[in-house]
Amino acid sequence: MATAAVPTYRLGVDVGGTFTDLLLIDESTGETYSAKVPSTPKDSSIGVLNGIARICEQNKIDPQRITHVMHGTTVATNTVLEGKGASVGLVTTVGYRQVLQIARSYVPGGLGGWVIYNKRPLLAPLEHTIEADERMDARGNVIAPLDEAALRKSLAALRNKGIEALTVSLLNAYANGAHERRVREIAEEVLPGMPVSISSEVMPEMYEYERTETTVVNSYVRPIVSRYIKNLGSELERKLGAVKLHVLRSDGGLTSSEAASHSPVNMLMSGPAGGVAGALWIAQQSGFKNLLTFDMGGTSTDVALIQDGLAQTRRETRVADVTVRAPSIDVRTVGAGGGSIAYVPELTKALRVGPQSAGADPGPAAYCKGGDKPTVTDANVVLGYLPVSSRLGGDMKIDRALAQKAVQSIADALGKTGHEAAEGVINIVNENMFGALRLVSIEQGYDPRDFALVAFGGAGPLHANALGKLLGSWPVIIPPAPGVLCAYGDATTRLRDEASRTFIRRLAQTSDAEVLAQLVELAATARQSLSNEGVPTSAQSVAYQIDLRYRGQGLRLTIDVAPEQFAQTGLQGVAKRFDDLHTQLYTFAIEAEHELVNLRAVVQGPQTTVRAEQLPQGAADASHAVVEKTKLFVDGAERSAPIYDRARLKAGNRIAGPAIVAQMDTTTLILPGHTGEVDKVGNILIRPNP
Amino acid sequence: MPAKIIQRDSSPFKTVKLDSITLDIIENALRNARAEMDAVLFRTAMSPGIREQHDAFPMIANNDGKMVVGQFGSFIYGFVQGYEGEIEEGDIFLTNDPYSCNGAVSHLPDWLTLMPIFDRGRLVSWAAMFGHMTDIGGKVPGSLPTDATQIFEEGIQIPPVKIYRKGQLNRDMLELLLRNCRMPHWNRADFDAMIAALRLAERRVREIIARFGVDEYIAAMAEMLDRNRRAMSAIIKMVIPEKKAYFEDYIDDDGAGMGPYKVACSLWREGEVAVFDFAGTDPQSQSSVNFFLNEEMFKMFLGAFFINLFDPQILFNDGFYDLVEVRIPAGSILKPQRPAALSCRTHMLGRIFDIMGGLLGQGAPEALNAAGFSDSPHLMYSGYDKSGEWYQLYQIGFGGIPGRPAGDGPDGHSLWPAFTNVPNEFLESYFPLRIAKYESIPDSGGAGQHRGGNGVCIAYEFLEPGEISIHDDRWLTYPWGVNGGLPGARSTKELLRNNGSREWLPSKCDRIKVEEGDILFFNTWGGGGWGDPLKRPAERVAQDVARGLVSIDGARRYGVVVRADFGVDVEATEILRRQIAAGRNQPLPLFDRGGSIEELKARCKAETGFEPPSMPRFARWITAPERQAR
Repeated sequence: MATAAVPTYRLGVDVGGTFTDLLLIDESTGETYSAKVPSTPKDSSIGVLNGIARICEQNKIDPQRITHVMHGTTVATNTVLEGKGASVGLVTTVGYRQVLQIARSYVPGGLGGWVIYNKRPLLAPLEHTIEADERMDARGNVIAPLDEAALRKSLAALRNKGIEALTVSLLNAYANGAHERRVREIAEEVLPGMPVSISSEVMPEMYEYERTETTVVNSYVRPIVSRYIKNLGSELERKLGAVKLHVLRSDGGLTSSEAASHSPVNMLMSGPAGGVAGALWIAQQSGFKNLLTFDMGGTSTDVALIQDGLAQTRRETRVADVTVRAPSIDVRTVGAGGGSIAYVPELTKALRVGPQSAGADPGPAAYCKGGDKPTVTDANVVLGYLPVSSRLGGDMKIDRALAQKAVQSIADALGKTGHEAAEGVINIVNENMFGALRLVSIEQGYDPRDFALVAFGGAGPLHANALGKLLGSWPVIIPPAPGVLCAYGDATTRLRDEASRTFIRRLAQTSDAEVLAQLVELAATARQSLSNEGVPTSAQSVAYQIDLRYRGQGLRLTIDVAPEQFAQTGLQGVAKRFDDLHTQLYTFAIEAEHELVNLRAVVQGPQTTVRAEQLPQGAADASHAVVEKTKLFVDGAERSAPIYDRARLKAGNRIAGPAIVAQMDTTTLILPGHTGEVDKVGNILIRPNP
Repeated sequence: MPAKIIQRDSSPFKTVKLDSITLDIIENALRNARAEMDAVLFRTAMSPGIREQHDAFPMIANNDGKMVVGQFGSFIYGFVQGYEGEIEEGDIFLTNDPYSCNGAVSHLPDWLTLMPIFDRGRLVSWAAMFGHMTDIGGKVPGSLPTDATQIFEEGIQIPPVKIYRKGQLNRDMLELLLRNCRMPHWNRADFDAMIAALRLAERRVREIIARFGVDEYIAAMAEMLDRNRRAMSAIIKMVIPEKKAYFEDYIDDDGAGMGPYKVACSLWREGEVAVFDFAGTDPQSQSSVNFFLNEEMFKMFLGAFFINLFDPQILFNDGFYDLVEVRIPAGSILKPQRPAALSCRTHMLGRIFDIMGGLLGQGAPEALNAAGFSDSPHLMYSGYDKSGEWYQLYQIGFGGIPGRPAGDGPDGHSLWPAFTNVPNEFLESYFPLRIAKYESIPDSGGAGQHRGGNGVCIAYEFLEPGEISIHDDRWLTYPWGVNGGLPGARSTKELLRNNGSREWLPSKCDRIKVEEGDILFFNTWGGGGWGDPLKRPAERVAQDVARGLVSIDGARRYGVVVRADFGVDVEATEILRRQIAAGRNQPLPLFDRGGSIEELKARCKAETGFEPPSMPRFARWITAPERQAR
C-alpha cells in the first residue's frame, strides 16, 4: 500500500472507438494527469498499454507505481451489437425447452404489427437446448429430484456441437438454486472446461423468460469478455507489476476482474456508465449535483438522470433488441445520432429522421466516404454548426458541397430551401432527444428545470444548447473533453458489490427482525468480494435496498434504506416511502397491502480523492481564442459568428452566442441569446442571457 | 340530441398556417404521450390481465373526437352525438355497455374511461383508455358465461356515466360497481391506473399547447388526420380493385351445441371509397358469441393492416374514415340487437382479421397471409384455497402466427398488439397452479414455403379444487393455408384426472370442476402455411426438426425425409417430393381449408371425439322478414 514517501497512482482507462483516454491520479494528493492515444480495435489492450507508456513517460512516473487500473469497457456491448458472441447451450426444466422460443409472446409494432414481424434468432438455439428432469415449486421445495443419469446422457449429446458456453436456467431456481448448482457440477464433469452460468447466481429473480435470457446473454458474452480481461490483466501485470484491475459495471460500481469475467452480463452498459460517472464528477467540480446527462454519438444517444449526486439505476439493461434483467444506470438509448438518415416518405410527405443510420461506413455525405444520404451531421454542416475546418479527431475531412447536395434531396421533396430542410432535420432530431430526456425526468416525476444538462459525446455539444431551451435545464454544461470524461468516471467510481434474493412476503407475513436477518446475511456475502480486493471492513459502507409493490401489482419500486434508518423505522418506514414514491411517479397511492419482492445489500468501497485539472484564470474577453469567422443559419436567418479554439480558452472567459467552440473531438454550438462562461475546471456553462 | 359541451371560452380556434416540421414535432410528442399512458397503466394496474398481458388500450383524439393516436379508432363522435347531458371540464365518463357506445367496447368486462381535455376553458382534445377487468359479476367467475342468452346474465352494465363530475369522484357509484365484482380490489386498482393514464394525457396535451400554441395544436391535429387520409387514399387505390371479391369464414360453435356461424363479406372499390359489405352473414346467436362490430373499429383494423404493409412509420389515425364504407346488416351476429348476450365475442372479433386477410389478399397477393391466431382463448380458474381465500385467474393464451409473405409465423405469439403472456413462475407463486409444460406443439403450424407458427401446449396442474372455464375456437374448422400452404392444426383441450382417466373438454365450457392433481392440457391452434411446402429448403425443414418444432413424420408433409441425426436424406427427399407433386392438382388452391364444412362435420366425431354442432337456429324476431328489410 501507499507510503508517504513514494506516491502511488490509480489509472482510469476508457477505450472508445477512435481514442483511448487515460487519467492518472496521484493517490496521496489527488493530482491528475491525462493522455490520449489512438485505439487499437483489433486488440484494445495494445492501445491501453501504449497509453500507459505515453502517460508515464510524459509525466516522468514509474509505471510500477500504478496500483489500481479502473476500466470501462464496451467489449460486452459490442459483442451483443455485432452478434459475435459464443455458441451457447442451454439446460432448462423439463417442459420448458422453448422458453426463449415463445418468450413473452409479444409481437412489436402495434395493431397489425405481426404482418411484418420476423423474430431474431435465439442466442441459445433450440438444437442446443436440453431438458433436465427435475422440479422446484415457487417456495423452493423440491417437487421432483434431479434425474442425474438422464442429464449426463443429454449433456454428452451436446459434445461436438461446437458449444462454447453453457447456461443452466431451471424453473423457480430464484427460490432455490440447489438443482442448478448440481447441474453445473455434472456439466463440468461431462463437458470439462466449459464455462457454465447458472441463473440463480446471475439473476436470482422471478420470471423464467427474463432470467433465462439474462443468463444466456451472460454465457453469450462470457468467453470474449473473460478472454479480454484475462489478457489485459496479464499484460498489465507484466508491465506494471502487482496491480489490481477493476472493471466498471453497468450500474456504475467497480468490480474485480474476476467478478467481471464471471458475470459479464453486468458489464453491458459499462461504457455509458463511465460517461455518466464522469459527467457527474466534472459537473460536481462546478458545483452541480442535479444533472441530466446527454451523450450523443454517431448512431445512438444515451441520456440519464442524476439527482443529488446519485445516478438513477434500474434493474434492466437494454442493448439493441436484447433486454436483460441486470442492474444498470438508468441510461435510455435513442437510436438517433449524427449518422441518422433523414428522409421524406412518398405517402405522407413528412420529414422523418432515423431510425436508419449511415453508421461509420459510408457515414454522412459530408465525410467523403461515399455516403449520399442526408444525415443529421450533414444538416449541421449545411447550417454551419459543424465548420468545415473541424478536425473530427484529426484526419477526417468535411465536404460542405456534398452535405448540401444530400440535404437538397429532402429539401426538394418538402418544397423548402436547403437551409430550411436542414433546420427541420435538426429540430426533429432534437425532439427525439427531448423525448428520451423526458423519459428519465418528467416521466419519473422530476422537473427538468431543476437540473443542469451535461452534454458530451461527439455530437452532444452541437445539440445541447437547443435541448437546454426545450427542457428549461440550465446551465448547459460542456465538459472539457468528452473522452477523458469517461476515464474520469472510471477512475473516480467506487468498488461495489451487491447480493440479493427474492423474498415475496406481505408485510403482515414477516417482521423487521426477519427481514433484517436476511439483509445482514446478504451484506456479509457482498462484503466478501470487497474484502478479497483488500478493502478493510472499516472502509466498506453498506446500504440496503428493498423492492416492493402493492400486493397484486406488477411493478417493483426500489427503496434505498440505510442500516441505521431501517433500525429506526423498520418496514413501516419503508412502506411509507413506497407510498410517497408511488405518488410521485403515478400521482396516486393505493390503500392496499404492501408486498416485499426482493431484498438486496449493496456494499461500496471508499471514495477516491481527485483534484480536477485547473485552467489558468483569464478575463471575460475571449477574443484571443477566436480563430476564424463563419456564417451560421439559425432561427431562419443567416448570421455571422466567430469560431473559438477550446484549447485557448481561460477560466472566466465569456462567449456570446451565436458562436462555435471547436476542439479535436467535439464542437460546441452556442445559440443567439445565450452566453457560455468558462469556469475554473474548464467547463463551459451556457445560460440564456438575462 | 347531442351533448352540450360547456366551455368557459367558446371562441373558435384561429386558422393558422402550420409549418410542416412543427407538425412532425407535435406528431412525435403525441406518439410519446401515448406510450407514456401505456407505461403508467401497465405499471400500476393490478389484474394480471392488464398488468402482465396488457389487455388495455389508450387513445388521444382531437376536439371533434377523432382519434389522432391510438389503436382501435374513435367512438367519441358517436358518443357525443348520443349523450344527453352536459360535458364540462373535470368530467370523466365510464361505460362498459356496447349498446350505448355503438360497440366502441364490445363486451361488459371492457371498462372504457373517457375524458375531455380543456385548455384555458376550451375543449381541445379527448383522451380515452379501456381495459379488460378480470370480473364484473354475472353468473360465472370471469364474467364470460358461455350459455348466457341475455346481457343481464353477464355482469353489471354501466351506461355512460360521469364517474368524475367536475373533478369530483362519484364514490357512491364506484362502490356500487365494485360491490358487484368478485375481485373488487383489482378493479379498483385498474380503474385508478386508467384514470392516472388519462390525467397524464391531459398534462401532455397542455404542455404541447403551451409550447406551440392552441391554434397550432388544433391545426396540427387536423393536418395529421388529413395526411393519413392522403396516404390511405393512395393505398386503397393501389390495392383494392373495383371488381368484387368475396370471402367467408366461421366461428365453430356457440358453446350451446350449434354452429358453425358464418361471416360473409364482399369487398370492392367505388372511386376512392372501399366498400366492405357483410351481407350474407348469419343472424345473431342466441348464446354469447355475438360480436358487436363498430364500423370505425373495423376501419382501423384495415388501416393498421395496410400501414404495416406499406409504411410502418405512419402514425395511423381516423383521418381516412370517409374512404371506407362498412355495411353490417342489423340483427346479424356482427350487429346484434339488445339484449343479446355479448360476453364471448373474442372468437368473432379475432376472426375479422382472417376475413380481412382473405379478402384483401385476392386483390393484392403481397397482402395475402394465411389464417392466423385470430382469437384470444381464455382460461378461467377460481375457487377457495385451503386458507379460505378466494382466488381467480383469467388468462389469455397464444398460438401460431400464420405463414406470411414476410416469412415464417412465430410460434406461440400474439396477434394482438402489446399482449404478453403471464410468466409461469408468477402463476405458480400467486395461484394454486403448477405449469408442468409450456411448449409449442410440433407440427401444429401449417406446412408451407413459409411455415405457420406452432400453437402452444400449456399443462396446468391444479393444486386446489376449483372450477375452470374455457373459451376457444377453431376446434372444427381449420386455420387455412394459402398459395398452396397447408392448414394449421386445430385446438384441443384434454383433462387428465388425478385417477389417471382422460377426457376431452369442449372448446367452450363453464364450471368444469377440477380436483387437486388434475392436469389440463390447453392446446391452442397453429397458423396456416404460406406457399408450396415443397419449395421450402429441405435444410430448413431439417433444422425445424432438430429444434423440435416439426417432427420427422411432419417433415414428410414438406416432402422432406429427415434422418434420425436430423440430416436430410437427399435422395429420398427428391423421390418423395416428386411423388407428392405428381399426386397434386394444379394450380395449387389459393385457400386450403382442410375440407368443406360438410366434410369437416362428417369427420368431426372420429377426429375430435365430439358430435358435430347442429345447424344454428335463429330467434324468429331476428330473422323475421320485416326486420330484415329495416
